[in-house]
Amino acid sequence: MAAPLTLLIIVAVTIRAVLFRSSLAELISERVEVVSPLNAWKRVVEGLALLDLGVSPYAGDVFHETPLIIYFFHFVIDYAEIVFMIADALTAVALYLAVKDYNKTVFRKQKYALEAERYPLDCVELIRTPKEMYYIPLKVAMFYLLNPFTILSCVAKSTCGLNNAVIALFILCTVKGSALMSAIFLALATYQSIYPLTLFAPALLFLLQRLYIPVNWQRSSFWLFTTQYAFMYLGSLCVMVCLSFFLLSSWDFLSSVYGFILSVPDLTPNIGLFWYFFAEMFEHFRLFFICVFQINVFFYTIPLSVKLKEHPVFLIFMQIAIISIFKSYPTVGDIALYMAFLPAWNHLYRFLRNIFLVSVVLLACSALFPVLWHLWIYAGSANSNFYYAITLLFNVAQILLVSDYFYAYLRREHHLTHGLYLKRKDGSEATLVLK
Amino acid sequence: MATHRCNIFMLAFVLCGLTCVFVRADIQDTNHVKAAESGAVDVAPKTNIDASLQSTQTEDQTQAPEEERHWEAETNPADAPSDNKADHVHDTMQNPNSPPAPSAKDQTQEAAEEERQWEATAVKEADHVPDTMQTPDVPPPTPAKDQFQEELVIRPLHSGDIYASFQFRTLWDTDFLRGSKVSHYRLFPKSLGQVISKFSVRELHISFTQGYWRTMQWGQPFLPSPPGAELWVWFQDTVTDVDGAWKELTNVLSGIFCASLNFIDSTNTVQPSASFKPLGLGNVTDQRFLRYAVLPREIVCTENLTPWKKLLPCGSKAGLAVLMKSEKLFHSSFHSQALHFRPVCQDWKCKSTVLELRQTLNVVFDLHTSGQGKREWSLFKMFSRTLTEACPLASSSKVYVDVTDNPQGELFELSPTTPLLSQVVVLGDRRTYSVYDLTNQATFGQTRSLNMLLRWRAAESGDMLRPLLHGERYVAGYGLQTGEIHTLMYNNHPYRAFPVLLLDTVPWYLRLYIHTLTVTSKGRDNKPSYIHYQPSKDRLRPHLLEMLVQLPPNSVTEVTVQFERALLKWTEYTPDPNHGFYVGSSVISALVPSVVAMDTNSTRECPLFSSFFPCKEESSYFMRVYTEPLLVNLPTPDFSMPYNVICLTCTVVAVGYGSLYNLLTRTFQVEEPSPGLAKRLANIIRRLRGVPLL
Repeated sequence: MAAPLTLLIIVAVTIRAVLFRSSLAELISERVEVVSPLNAWKRVVEGLALLDLGVSPYAGDVFHETPLIIYFFHFVIDYAEIVFMIADALTAVALYLAVKDYNKTVFRKQKYALEAERYPLDCVELIRTPKEMYYIPLKVAMFYLLNPFTILSCVAKSTCGLNNAVIALFILCTVKGSALMSAIFLALATYQSIYPLTLFAPALLFLLQRLYIPVNWQRSSFWLFTTQYAFMYLGSLCVMVCLSFFLLSSWDFLSSVYGFILSVPDLTPNIGLFWYFFAEMFEHFRLFFICVFQINVFFYTIPLSVKLKEHPVFLIFMQIAIISIFKSYPTVGDIALYMAFLPAWNHLYRFLRNIFLVSVVLLACSALFPVLWHLWIYAGSANSNFYYAITLLFNVAQILLVSDYFYAYLRREHHLTHGLYLKRKDGSEATLVLK
Repeated sequence: MATHRCNIFMLAFVLCGLTCVFVRADIQDTNHVKAAESGAVDVAPKTNIDASLQSTQTEDQTQAPEEERHWEAETNPADAPSDNKADHVHDTMQNPNSPPAPSAKDQTQEAAEEERQWEATAVKEADHVPDTMQTPDVPPPTPAKDQFQEELVIRPLHSGDIYASFQFRTLWDTDFLRGSKVSHYRLFPKSLGQVISKFSVRELHISFTQGYWRTMQWGQPFLPSPPGAELWVWFQDTVTDVDGAWKELTNVLSGIFCASLNFIDSTNTVQPSASFKPLGLGNVTDQRFLRYAVLPREIVCTENLTPWKKLLPCGSKAGLAVLMKSEKLFHSSFHSQALHFRPVCQDWKCKSTVLELRQTLNVVFDLHTSGQGKREWSLFKMFSRTLTEACPLASSSKVYVDVTDNPQGELFELSPTTPLLSQVVVLGDRRTYSVYDLTNQATFGQTRSLNMLLRWRAAESGDMLRPLLHGERYVAGYGLQTGEIHTLMYNNHPYRAFPVLLLDTVPWYLRLYIHTLTVTSKGRDNKPSYIHYQPSKDRLRPHLLEMLVQLPPNSVTEVTVQFERALLKWTEYTPDPNHGFYVGSSVISALVPSVVAMDTNSTRECPLFSSFFPCKEESSYFMRVYTEPLLVNLPTPDFSMPYNVICLTCTVVAVGYGSLYNLLTRTFQVEEPSPGLAKRLANIIRRLRGVPLL
């Protein structure tokens, strides 16, 4: 399996290297779909230039990266392209290993369940086979590395690629069962962009499951491990924030990075829902709606954790997807990360209701983004509403995609306990509905 | 200038045979060199010499009663007290039988039989003196007394336009700075005086300008100003809350001048570190007490002129101010009114200070196009008024007409002629002016009114010397996403390089990327020796970029910086958002080598010993050049549909919430067909009856 992965990485790196050398690189790095004010490479360079001029990079409103990133690039600025290619390859490898390990766990669990004869008899079709699962890790890596969104993001040198690498490493460490490394990478991801905070719950659930600790409020072992993990997470987060403080000896970065993410002052168009909404918002409702929209991102953690407490990896997928849809400055790089997981849910394919429609809409929107942007910004023959309409449609498609996968997952679980071919009382073929 | 003076003095020596004159000239020359070197330090010895100069001049005059041409040739503002000058002029003007004036060009030939009169004049250059070479102004002769002076300079421009510049100077002898409360106002406007003392203002400079000064066609203005309104203030260092005082001050000034100065807030106020130094006394360099703001969109009109005129002691009722009819002043190519307040020296030793209020008004009339092809102007044509009297409160009231290009009268004809000429170095160039003294009744002649008339003889005026420094600015790029600001700075000096300070204030909604800053001269990278950059904060403060660039001789230096256009909230756009947003002018401040010093091939006849080193007393002069303001378009949202956007986006969020909520709270169940309506009704009845259901 190592050979195809190596080949895949070589192909992916070649594509990126070719694009870096082409004239497209400059065009791509200006695209609002690919870079946001948070992760644009131009702004990283600006931050470094400000640092060279002796001005704090956070004195202005252009630079919003974290202090660790600026110090990281201070040393590797000349090798930036290589850094981004390595980050992508690292993400792919981490996802590959994580999914491989996860598949093993799934298969083992399935084997135990089969041995205990817990599955209904007619569910043989739903049982996953090693043959089918064999290529899934490779497909995940391929979905990440060869996804046009990832390639664009990498060629634009969006620091989103680095965040994705951190999250992928976090997933890998979690799946491997290393609580400390998992907490450190989760803290790093949180430090980079706040939102991965919500991944704390699935990581905790997974580790608990791995240690066979039941989620039970009365059990001290549950509380012990939760405290331990939370302590590791908060401790490493604290270390990172303090380190940033000592690097710049000021707390300016807190408001400039996290305040910027949460209060959404920059309304540069992107593929998200925030920019036009807050450009058109009435001033006295602004705070209320900012709170509503931000809470919206974090809120789903609790019910999803309750519902999916037996399936933490799917919960991670759901959380990443929700973050990338509802975050304040989303880019296509964020989408690429959760889309990489789609091959891992191959077995849900038969329960997806509108995958064809959703994929067509996503493809059409991706093509229409640059077209309508051109009409609005350059040709002047369209206005902002055109671009806004496409972002709306794109987000609806993403929401449908995610909820479709969620539905399919729940439905498969239901079938695994109740049988695939359900019958009504009168013996006719039944349809399954949500009630 | 020194060689010229030397020349004159030698001729005087021949005529009068007074050896002391030569000695004095010698002393004075050395003294001038010293003054140029050491600035304002040693004024005291010069005083004595000037006093002696006065006495000798009177002597000369008595000895040569047939003289007809008086030269006012003074360059150093600290040379002589102004009231002496006035008396002196009065003396000479009373000379009854003055033959017509000879042309000035043949002066070297005619000099043998012609007596020159020296006269001191206050020099208009004082506003351009940088703090490095600042000289104290002419102090009032009698202490503890306010003083008022007025003058009008008319300069025919090479483009055929007429440039008229009014200057009014009020000296206020008070000391509110040391805590004494001022209750009595004589000449100084009370409305302004109260504001200045309340907010502890050290210096205040405000200008309102309509139109753009075309440097390449018109040459340098006496007082440059950017289009729109400009305000910069130095506060006393006793002020603790500078921002608060600035905010209040702008609002008060907004009321005084009926202007939109109340739109000055933190988003367009900057604190330049080097470009705006105090012009008056005081060696403050801490930019914490400086505030600078430009409103490039401000439109100047009658309602700004009227309060400005009211600040004059005579109002617009007498003196030069009667010429200010707004329907004429605003029917012009360029209109700029300004007010400068600063502390200046009171006496020679500069032991105490007085406060100077200088009101200026600059207009460029396009009489060429409106005059049916005839090139002629008169006071009446320009202002639809003539002069009848000086302001009774003014200690001096003069009209200057620039006749430098017309030494022999071959280009144009000026009537009535005046016997008085003045030669002044203005902006590094030696200019000759005909002077009309309004305090002298003879100036008004038989008709009791003065209406100067200038008629061109030649169709084309001569070539204008290109301004040594000028700047241009434009926005490059297309689309509404990014752009690039190009600033071009021209050094037209043939062989000298000089440094300039470039100040750029860019609003926050154009996000500058300082790493894209390039400075190129003659195709090569020209690294600025000093860069002060303050990045913007959204909705809080603008970008401030100041840099010191060396301009190579005879070159164009191009400064480019890229920016990104922000999408604003819909309430932050101006009422006409597709008109664009204005970006204030760049300010280029420089010490420019003077044209006088450029003259090295010795076209003038002067002793060889005096002209070897090219450095003369006015080797460079301070100049400020404003570039064009920029008009930049920003992407706009659709202003008509906030409700729609709110509804649609909320719908999408609700779709997300709803579908997840659905899956989270419900469970899968087998759908049972619901019984028909009749059956359900029957079951309800059966339940009531207590029999088993169907």
